[in-house]
Amino acid sequence: MSKTILTVDDSRTMRDMLAMALNDAGFQVVQAVDGEDGLAVLDAHSADVDVIITDINMPKLDGFGFIEGVRKDSRHRATPILVLTTESDSSKKDRARQAGATGWIVKPFNPVKLIDAIRRVAA
Amino acid sequence: MDPLAAIRDTFFQECEEQLAELESGLLAIEEGDHDPERINAVFRAVHSIKGGAGAFGLEALVRFAHVFETALDEMRSGGLAPEDFVLKEMLRAADLLADHVAAARGGPPVDEARSALLAEELAALTGAEVPGEDDEGADFDIPFEVVGFDGPGLLDLPDLPDLGGGGLPDLPDLGGEIPDISALLQSADPIDAGGPRTFVIRLKPTRALYSHGNETALLLRELRRLGETRVSMDASALPLIDALDPSQGYAVWTVELTTSEDLDAVREVFEFVDGHCELDIRPAGAPPAAVLAEAPPAAAPPVFEPAPSERVMSEQVMSEPEAEIDVAALILQAQAAVKDLLGEPDAQAPAPEPAASAPVVPLAPAPTAPAAQAAPPTVTAAPAATIRVDLERVDRLIDLVGELVINQAVLAQRAAESGLARHNDVAMGLDDLEQLTREIQDSVMAIRAQPVKSVFQRMPRLVREVAAAVGKDVRLVTEGENTEVDKTVIERLSDPITHMIRNAIDHGLESPEKRVAAGKPAEGQVKLAAFHRSGRIVIEVSDDGGGINRPRVRDIAASKGLIDPNVPLTDEEIDNLIFLPGFSTASTVSDISGRGVGMDVVKRSINALGGRISISSAPGKGSVFTMSLPLTLAVLDGMVVSAAGQTLIAPLSNIIETLQPKPHEVKPIGPAAWLMSIRDSFVPLIDVGMALGYRTEPVDPANCVALLVEEGATRAALLVDTIQGQRQVVIKSLEANYRHVPGIAAATILGDGRVALILDVDAIVSRRAADYTPAHIAA
Repeated sequence: MSKTILTVDDSRTMRDMLAMALNDAGFQVVQAVDGEDGLAVLDAHSADVDVIITDINMPKLDGFGFIEGVRKDSRHRATPILVLTTESDSSKKDRARQAGATGWIVKPFNPVKLIDAIRRVAA
Repeated sequence: MDPLAAIRDTFFQECEEQLAELESGLLAIEEGDHDPERINAVFRAVHSIKGGAGAFGLEALVRFAHVFETALDEMRSGGLAPEDFVLKEMLRAADLLADHVAAARGGPPVDEARSALLAEELAALTGAEVPGEDDEGADFDIPFEVVGFDGPGLLDLPDLPDLGGGGLPDLPDLGGEIPDISALLQSADPIDAGGPRTFVIRLKPTRALYSHGNETALLLRELRRLGETRVSMDASALPLIDALDPSQGYAVWTVELTTSEDLDAVREVFEFVDGHCELDIRPAGAPPAAVLAEAPPAAAPPVFEPAPSERVMSEQVMSEPEAEIDVAALILQAQAAVKDLLGEPDAQAPAPEPAASAPVVPLAPAPTAPAAQAAPPTVTAAPAATIRVDLERVDRLIDLVGELVINQAVLAQRAAESGLARHNDVAMGLDDLEQLTREIQDSVMAIRAQPVKSVFQRMPRLVREVAAAVGKDVRLVTEGENTEVDKTVIERLSDPITHMIRNAIDHGLESPEKRVAAGKPAEGQVKLAAFHRSGRIVIEVSDDGGGINRPRVRDIAASKGLIDPNVPLTDEEIDNLIFLPGFSTASTVSDISGRGVGMDVVKRSINALGGRISISSAPGKGSVFTMSLPLTLAVLDGMVVSAAGQTLIAPLSNIIETLQPKPHEVKPIGPAAWLMSIRDSFVPLIDVGMALGYRTEPVDPANCVALLVEEGATRAALLVDTIQGQRQVVIKSLEANYRHVPGIAAATILGDGRVALILDVDAIVSRRAADYTPAHIAA
């Protein structure tokens, strides 16, 4: 059975790119447009989501808040969360990890690296 | 469409939105809105553009966005105060960013020097350095280049490759000879670095590793991808089951990895767990002390002292993926079991690691990354509020609905002609059909309707640029930018509005000195407003400048031979002189509003859209240009009239009222020209039949109907034989199907299937205006 990935990003371009790369690799994709939406979608699709990919800079609820929210959900204490980031300084990554992120994907990503990162965190 | 090209389109669409957000956000901050979310939104806009641009390898755009983003980040974190000059700088940067986006989209290239200068200025705001093409920018040389995490920590062992590891595989061949140190060192050079070598990796996961969603088993699986692994686990720290905390890490793993990959590749496996485990990687045979000295663990004490009492619980060579016993798979199974147990707090939770020691567990094949399958559909969980549709499809739909409307009209007329009773089922069904058709038409038209925002949003930049060029202080106020109008109308509004705003700043507003002298604030105001009025969209461009300088306008018009200098003109007539072709008030053709285009061009393009433009001006207080346009170019509410046996349509928007001329109201002023008196004012009376050449002999106006029309500030009465009725007609371009005919705007098809021409009221009125000049009237 193919895995389902939740992508959370306020940029339609990014969501489309992720969906294209993930679909090509055989993943199912569910999408959310910001952290708040992400938590709502996760709640609705909880049983199906195997991996989460999230942006950091988003309106309403940013990536840090979203990750913290996910980790508070007992069903997702160990669900792999990959953070999308263009930040070159490591402080954003550190904050994301403090919030509970599993790993990260540095934008711009290529499909190979993306799938690679998922493989590294998903059983 | 190629999916990537489609995403690229999306990207540029999104850029437009982000640029608009950026500009309005910066303007709001400039106005004093220092809400952190406002600054955040501005930051995000630039950040998003940069992110997408990176994905498409748009280097120049990425570079500039990066500098801009850095400055915004500084403002976001409070390090850079949102002072006036900073905001001005950022607004300029926003303009340049828009240029970069346009260039990336295939537009004119950006002036590199200007871009570099602005980037430097931005960087100066924050004290940052501008990344050159060779450093930061180089990351984007390859569109999808990825930069890995490069933080400090346990994995930072830069000296390791020099420790002679490269020579180790050769060791058995040394035949007991003492290895020559220099030979070993040489063998570590890049030429031999590709050969397989062995690393010893020791790993002690902590609780944090698991609580962040990482997994020892996956790390082992990753290592196995690099080469042959030999894994052992020290479970000496494992407590009795009663004391066991399943989310804690107890085991210490030792992996001997023989691989042709280099140390970096091995370290990369542990990238995500840096700091969440105790880790030691060294080439086999390397002196441990040296390594540990090189890499003091940041927080945790080293656990890898020599462990003579090490109790090896499991040791397996895993040289092939199909290995009989797969430790990784075993752990994954155990881990899954633990997860199940964690969900039920009452159940006893076995540790994940001990399960790995069970040698007889049936083996599942190692899970592999999902292979390419038929791409499953993307589930968009958030219900989309909008969809993007190709404009061509909408146009096709509108075309079809137009045909439907005509067809329905034909059907209704046939039914009426066949003598069907009104209450007949068929007739009533046709009534319903008419109602439905009308609703479908309205709904389809609504699809094309868009807020004028897209045009209004371009204006702040224009105002900044023009104001800077003419040295005036200008504030732009916009109103009603959510007013909707057909997309084609919007597209064609941009140029007239641009021109009018240029005009307002260049000619309308006085210089700051003059304003102050006149008791006005030095900063002039230009207002752009849109609203709906009686089924049309009205756009107003107003300024609080000096108003039209009427004596000057009159002089200019006279000197250019546009008017007779001896004829008295009303204020309104003088104001409207600026719409005459060839009129230009600027004594020097300025770079700004000159450009060889006058208000006559604006007027013509508005008229071409079925719109009207007028001006009202108050000396010392300013001027207001008012444009009124139809909401759509596809249908038109028309009055069906006949003249000289022809059926014609007069646009309802032009008609003020209809009158039956009484003989005493009509005053002949020539062989085929009359004036008509309407409530004490005279307007030209134009015989449409003659104006269009359908007849040469004048008719008796008393037997006809007059349509009082208004075109701009000009009024006239159009004489037609009869009025047949009023109806909405679908506009069919005459030019596209035949050619342009003076006095005719377009054509339509009536219910009886005949073609009827739609009158171009403006052309008819202005063509005859020559016959009715004030001079003529006076005579």
